[in-house]
Amino acid sequence: MVRKHKVGLVALSGISLLAAATLADPGFAQDRPGPSGSNAEVADSGKQIFEEICQACHMPDAKGGGEAGARVPALAGNRNLANKDYPIIILLKGRGGMPWFTDILTKPQIAAVITYVRGHFNDYKDPVTVADIDRIGSTNPPVPDCNCGH
Amino acid sequence: MTDFPSPDFLAPPTRRQLLTMIGKVGGTAALYQAMTVLGHAAESQFNGPPKLSGARPGASVLVLGSGLAGMLAAYELTKAGYKVQILEFQGRTGGRNYSVRGGDTIAELGSTQTVGFAPGNYLNPGPWRIPYHHRTVLHYCKELGVELEHFAQLNHNAFVHHKDAYGGKPQRYRDLYVDYKGHVAELLAKSLNAGALDTAVTADDKAKLLEAMKDWGVLDKSMAYTKGVKVGEQRGWDRPPGGGVNGAPIPGDVGSLSDTLSTKVWQQIGFYTEHVMQTTMFQPKGGMDHIGKAFAAKVGSLVRLNTHVTKIAQDDKGVTASWTDTKTGATGETRADWLVCTIPATVLGQLDIQVSDKKKAAIRALPYGNSVKIGLEMKRRFWETDYAIYGGHSFTDQDISLISYPTGNWFGDGPAVILGAYPFGIGAYKLAGMTPEKRIAAALDQGSVFHPAEYKAEFRSGATVAWSRMPWILGCCATWTEESREAHYQDLVSMEGRIVLAGEHCSYYGCWQEGALLSSLDAISRLHQRASAA
Repeated sequence: MVRKHKVGLVALSGISLLAAATLADPGFAQDRPGPSGSNAEVADSGKQIFEEICQACHMPDAKGGGEAGARVPALAGNRNLANKDYPIIILLKGRGGMPWFTDILTKPQIAAVITYVRGHFNDYKDPVTVADIDRIGSTNPPVPDCNCGH
Repeated sequence: MTDFPSPDFLAPPTRRQLLTMIGKVGGTAALYQAMTVLGHAAESQFNGPPKLSGARPGASVLVLGSGLAGMLAAYELTKAGYKVQILEFQGRTGGRNYSVRGGDTIAELGSTQTVGFAPGNYLNPGPWRIPYHHRTVLHYCKELGVELEHFAQLNHNAFVHHKDAYGGKPQRYRDLYVDYKGHVAELLAKSLNAGALDTAVTADDKAKLLEAMKDWGVLDKSMAYTKGVKVGEQRGWDRPPGGGVNGAPIPGDVGSLSDTLSTKVWQQIGFYTEHVMQTTMFQPKGGMDHIGKAFAAKVGSLVRLNTHVTKIAQDDKGVTASWTDTKTGATGETRADWLVCTIPATVLGQLDIQVSDKKKAAIRALPYGNSVKIGLEMKRRFWETDYAIYGGHSFTDQDISLISYPTGNWFGDGPAVILGAYPFGIGAYKLAGMTPEKRIAAALDQGSVFHPAEYKAEFRSGATVAWSRMPWILGCCATWTEESREAHYQDLVSMEGRIVLAGEHCSYYGCWQEGALLSSLDAISRLHQRASAA
């Protein structure tokens, strides 16, 4: 199933990605804190980005959590990450309950955090670069089918 | 016209009599139409509880999830004559309609807290306020006997904090609001007087605008926004009015244009201007979960708790939900003629459900936003006694986004709970990634900017919920975009065979209980229509 997320790709072509975020302000008329938190910033190193963003769901050990059928997938020991395009697509477009992160992370930050997760919690040492992200952004591949039970 | 309500048929009917008459003759829809024309009710799609009488004898409905959408479905379908069962994943009913109190346990992925609040104190981790036009919620609160009280929303005396404005010193919202309109009015008046807008406004309107700017901005004789008694009457005083010898008030300095702009106070002004954020706002007295409890008093006996649904199938004859009991490990199946599924999309997307690829794609196209709430119980109400702040919110550009002061038990003695954080987005991820203890410590650090002398000294206990780590939902609420609405919304809400979905994610009122209830009413109305035609 090809899913179009114009939001992610449009945001990627923009200069600043740390702009008014869809996810900080996520939708029509919803309850939310208001216009604050606007100076909340994300660090630049892959490790810090993992700690500030990813581990909110995937947990500090990157092993995810929950039980079958209601699970946050593990990033540690995740063979899907062997292909670096896979996490890039998911960060650009989201999948299932996970949102896209183009609203709150820059391209260098996306590259850094994927490099960290693939190298630190797995053994995939080749770095992910901004050029990789641009390649995915321009070829616009479909989101891989949800295989959340791994 | 025999039941025309006025005994005096020669007198013109009052508006209420007219509406009663229209309601009796034309039914609810006609009544709603008429009310709209007469200037009532246009702000909600709610037009009264559904009239779903006449279920086929023995017809049954299975409801998955006992949040407000699920319990409302069960309540109305039971009234209509259906045999209803509810399966609930958690060991409690209510879903995101949730309050925590002293002694309660909060079980997140990776941590467990025991809440240490004093008796009577609570935190609403989920919904916490009800706008006056959320008529569905208000209707069922009234019908089920849930006592509502005022929720203080806009408080002019609360603070706005930006680390890059006023040297990081929080300012009263009132002062910033008055300064903001004063400066804007002065500038518009200058433009008008300089003739800069002469091609855009008529001479007549120009004169009116100048008068308006003088009044609205509280400008002085030379049309400048300056320190003075008139401004003091809006902005407050260095020395407030008193009696006797020193009774005369002394106005304070006004903020400069640059300082005012650096606070971005227009964002708060805009926030309070939104329809869903306007006053009057309400809350159930004693905790939001009184709504869920009131529904549970009606349909709680139909609920099977600790029941994790693993598969949902349907055929010509009915639906089957397979489940595992999370306490005993026992497995089972529950059959019914029809199914209302309120399982959040984060979890439903991981289940084996027998619906079309289109609907599956819609379910999986719904990421959930993340949010965190942190309740900080303080030994005393220093924000009231020391700051004259009674309810409302102080905003900050730090991760916590805001602190909110409790409504209810104003002037009370003993401990009270401040909402110490309510962010979405980056701030919410950063806080959610911490242990509960570190979250509470961060909230105390950041919130101290508003009440530096008291915030940590008066702290007694804390409790927090990170929605991304709640095992039964794994997120806060559905995030739609214009694109995803266009591509998937109708596929998500359509009734397929014997299955219909409901919940806030199936509404245009995302993240609000009103959306969950309106979605549920719409879903069961269509279900009843199909069941009646079958």
